[in-house]
Amino acid sequence: MSNPLADMAKPDVIFCIGTNMTECHPVAATGLKKAMARGAKLIVADPRRIRLAELADVYLPIRVGSDVALLLAMAHVIDREGLANHEFIEARTAGWEEFRQHLKAFTPEWAAKICEVPAKDIESAALCYGRGKPGAIYYTLGITEHICGVDNVQSLCNLALMTGNLGVEGGGINPMRGQNNIQGCGDCGAETFVFPGSVPITDEAARDKFAAAYHRPDLDLGHAMTKVTGLQECGKSIRAMLIDGENTVISDPDKNHCEHALKALDHLVVIDIFMTETAQLAHVVLPATAWAETDGVACNTERRVQRLRAAVPPAGDSRPDWWIIAQIAKRLGIPGFDFQSPADVFNELCSLSPTYGGLDWDRVSRESLNWPVPTKDHPGTPILHVDNFTNGRGKFMRLGYRDPAEVVDAQFPVWLTTGRRLQSYHTRTQTGRSSGIDYLLSEESLEVNPEDAVAWGFQDGDWATVSSRRGSVKIKVRATDRSPRGTVFASFSFADVPVNNLTGSGYDPATHTAELKVCAVRIERATN
Amino acid sequence: MTEHSMNATAMERKLTMTLDGQPVGFSEGETIYQVAQRAQKNVPTLCYDERLEAFGACRLCVVEVEGVKAPVASCTTKVTPGMIVRSGSPTIEKYRKTLLELVVSENREVDVNPLRGFASQELTTLVDRYGARTGRFKGKKSGTSNKSDDNPFILRDYDLCISCYRCVRVCAEQEGDYAISMMNRGFSTQITTEFNGRLKDSDCTFCGQCVQTCPTGALADKKALRAADLPGEVTKTRTICPYCGVGCSVDLLTKGDRLVGVQPAMDGPANGGALCIKGQFAFDFVQHEDRLKKPLLRQADGSFKETDWDTALDIAAAGFRRALEQHGRRSIYGIASGRAPHEAAYSMQKFIRAGFGTHYIDNCSRA
Repeated sequence: MSNPLADMAKPDVIFCIGTNMTECHPVAATGLKKAMARGAKLIVADPRRIRLAELADVYLPIRVGSDVALLLAMAHVIDREGLANHEFIEARTAGWEEFRQHLKAFTPEWAAKICEVPAKDIESAALCYGRGKPGAIYYTLGITEHICGVDNVQSLCNLALMTGNLGVEGGGINPMRGQNNIQGCGDCGAETFVFPGSVPITDEAARDKFAAAYHRPDLDLGHAMTKVTGLQECGKSIRAMLIDGENTVISDPDKNHCEHALKALDHLVVIDIFMTETAQLAHVVLPATAWAETDGVACNTERRVQRLRAAVPPAGDSRPDWWIIAQIAKRLGIPGFDFQSPADVFNELCSLSPTYGGLDWDRVSRESLNWPVPTKDHPGTPILHVDNFTNGRGKFMRLGYRDPAEVVDAQFPVWLTTGRRLQSYHTRTQTGRSSGIDYLLSEESLEVNPEDAVAWGFQDGDWATVSSRRGSVKIKVRATDRSPRGTVFASFSFADVPVNNLTGSGYDPATHTAELKVCAVRIERATN
Repeated sequence: MTEHSMNATAMERKLTMTLDGQPVGFSEGETIYQVAQRAQKNVPTLCYDERLEAFGACRLCVVEVEGVKAPVASCTTKVTPGMIVRSGSPTIEKYRKTLLELVVSENREVDVNPLRGFASQELTTLVDRYGARTGRFKGKKSGTSNKSDDNPFILRDYDLCISCYRCVRVCAEQEGDYAISMMNRGFSTQITTEFNGRLKDSDCTFCGQCVQTCPTGALADKKALRAADLPGEVTKTRTICPYCGVGCSVDLLTKGDRLVGVQPAMDGPANGGALCIKGQFAFDFVQHEDRLKKPLLRQADGSFKETDWDTALDIAAAGFRRALEQHGRRSIYGIASGRAPHEAAYSMQKFIRAGFGTHYIDNCSRA
C-alpha cells in the first residue's frame, strides 16, 4: 500500500475495485465504514453485489474482466470535465499529452458496452473520484488475478497520477495483501524477480553484492523463473523442489495440471504444519512449528514490520522453518547457514536489504515501523512517493482493453469468478481445524442469480456439475442476488469442491499471475 | 502527540481549567474525562470505551463543576476555559459507591472468569475499589440470559448485563454492522438482535468486539471459557494475527502450555482493538491433533512413515544433491510461504540463491 491503514479514515472519496474487503480484510473495512460515517463517498466496482456494493454511493456491477475499459473511460471523463490536477501532472509525471490523446476514444459509451453498466454510472464514478480531495483507491486480487492484471494496476495508477492522489495523506493506491506475510515474503526476496529489499535481479551491483555475500560468484544476473513456469517444467528441466508452507495443489489454478507436475518430480520436500494435499505428494514431509509457537517477524499490507512471538511450545518434534531449511543447506555444504536464532536470520536480512537497513531484531521488538527504514534513526515511511517516485517521474501508460483469456461461448456460456469468504481462510488447513467455523460455513456452494437458477432449472440446494475446458466439480447451487445474471461464484476453500479444477485459463504475460477471477463454464444438473 | 506536547500546545493557546485545585491545559473539544485521564485522576467508568462516542449511561464518571448544581457526567461534558472541576470529592466518591451497589444488585455474580473477555474484569475491579459488595439493594434483577442461541463463539449471559450499551455501540460504531440492539426499558431492558433471535440469523459477523468490550462478562468468549477449569493463571503474549495482510495485533491467552484464546490488542497499530471472526476465534488449529509432529518419509506403497530428524534431513538433502549432480543447478526450485515469517522466506531464497546460484524461487503471490 502506498498509504498506511490509518489513512483510511481520511479521504473524502474511496474507490474500491476488485476487493471484497468486508470478507477478506474485515478489520480494514471497519476503517472504511468509519470514513463513510464521517461523510466520505464510496465507489465500488465489482461484478458481485457484495456487502461493499450495498454500502456504496456509486456501484458499478461491471462484467468480470472489464476493469481496464471502465478505468480508461473514467480517465476520459476526468480529463473532459477539467478535473485533472495539472499542477501535479506538470511537477511529477511524464507522458500526459500522449495519454490525453490516447484517452479521447475511450468514452463512457464505449466502456458501457464492454462493462455492461450504464454510461451515466461510469460518469458518476469518474466525477466522484475526480473531485475527491483526496481520493483513495483500494484493490485486491479482483484487479491482479487477470491476464491483464498489470494493465489493471497501471490503469489505476493513471487515475491517481492525473488527479494528484499519490504521495498525499489519505490518498494513494492501496493493494490489500491477502496473507499475513505475503508482503514480507517479497521483502525477503523470496520471489524470482527480486533480491531482498525489492531490488531487481537484473541490477548488476545487487547481483555482485549478493554473489559476494552468498559466496556464489556464478549467481545469475537476471534469468527469473516464476512458479507457473517452474510447475510447467516439473519432470522436464525441474527435478527437485522444496515447498515451504504452501498448499499448491488446492490454491493454484488448474489443479489437475498442478498435481501432475508435482508427481513428475524426482524429489519433493514439503515443510508444513499439516498433512496438506500437497504434502501428500512429497517424498519427505518436515513438520514446522506453527504461528503462536514461532518467534519471528512479519510485514503487513501497509509495509509495517511487526514481531511475532511464541506463546506455546512446538507441537511434537516440529521445528521452525528457518532451522529446517538451514539444516538441509548445511548438509549440501551451502555456506552461511550457521544461524542460531531467528534474530540471526532477521539481522542478516536487514544487513542486506536497503529497505530494512535501519531495522534489526531488537528495534522490531520495540517498535513497529513502515518500510523503507534506511537508517537506524529513520522513523519509517508511512506514505510512499511524497516528494518523488522511485523512478523519477510517474509515467502515464497508454493501455487498451483486452478480452479475458476465455470468453463465454455456446459451449461454456457462463462466467465463473472465484474468491474467498469471511469465515474460511484459503484452503481451510487452519480455519477448517478451528472449532465452531463449521457452524457458520460447513460447505462450499455455487452462488447463482435467482433468475438464472430458475432459467437453468435449479432450486436452492440442488447439485450442479460445473465444467470448464480444464475440468469439472460437483457443487451445491445457492440462489442469491449477490451474483449478477450470467456470472456464478465459488470460493476455492473446500478441498472436496476443488474449484481450481476449473480455473487457469490464462496468465498475465508479465507477472504470470493466473486469471483466477475469470473463466468460462457450463452448468448442468449433477447426476447422482 | 505526547502528553507533554499536548499540554504545552494547549497552554500556548491559553486553554486552561482547574482540576482538583491544579491548573491544567486542554485542547478544544476535549471532555472533562479525557483531561482527567491525562492527569491520572483514575475516574471510574463502566460505559466508556475510548474507541467509541461517549455515551453517559453509567454515571460513574460524574464530577463536580463549580457553578453547576448537580454532578455532571465527565465523559460527555466538554471542558470550557476556566472551568473548575473536582474529580473525586468525598460526596462524589460516596455517590459512585452507591451507584455501584445498585449496579451489582442486579447481577447474578460479580466475579467472572477473565477468559470471558478483554474488559470483563472492569465491574469486579470497581466494586472492590469502592467496597461495594454490601448487598444493600438486593432485589429485582434485569437482563435474561439467552440460553437458546447455539452459536459456538459468543455466550449471551445477559443476567450479568448492566445496560451500558457498549456492545450495541461497538457493533454500530466500530464494525458498522448494527447487528445488535436493545429492547424494552427499565428492568426489562434486554440486549438482543432483530426479531430477538440467534446471532447467526442476524447481521452478526462474529468479530467478537461485543465480547471484548463488555465490562461484566455478560457477553463472553465461549471458546476461551472451555479452558476455565484448566489449572493456572492466564498469561498474555503479544503477537500478530496469522490470517490476512492487515496485521492485527493480538494477545494470545495461554494457560500453561495450552493456547486457550485470543484477545485483540487495543493499542494495535493496524487494528486499534478490532478483529474479525478468523483472528478472534480461529486459533485452535495450532494445537489440533492433526498437526505434524515427526518428519515423515514416503514409502514404496505410498504410505508415510515417521522418522527422526537426522534421517529425514539426510534424505531431503540427498535428493537435492542427486538432482544437482545429474541435472545441474537449474533443476531445483523453491516455493516460499506467504504465511510463514520473514526468517522462513529469507532462508528459502538464500537456500536457492546461495545453493544453486539461480533465482528459481517464488511464492504464492501469483495465485
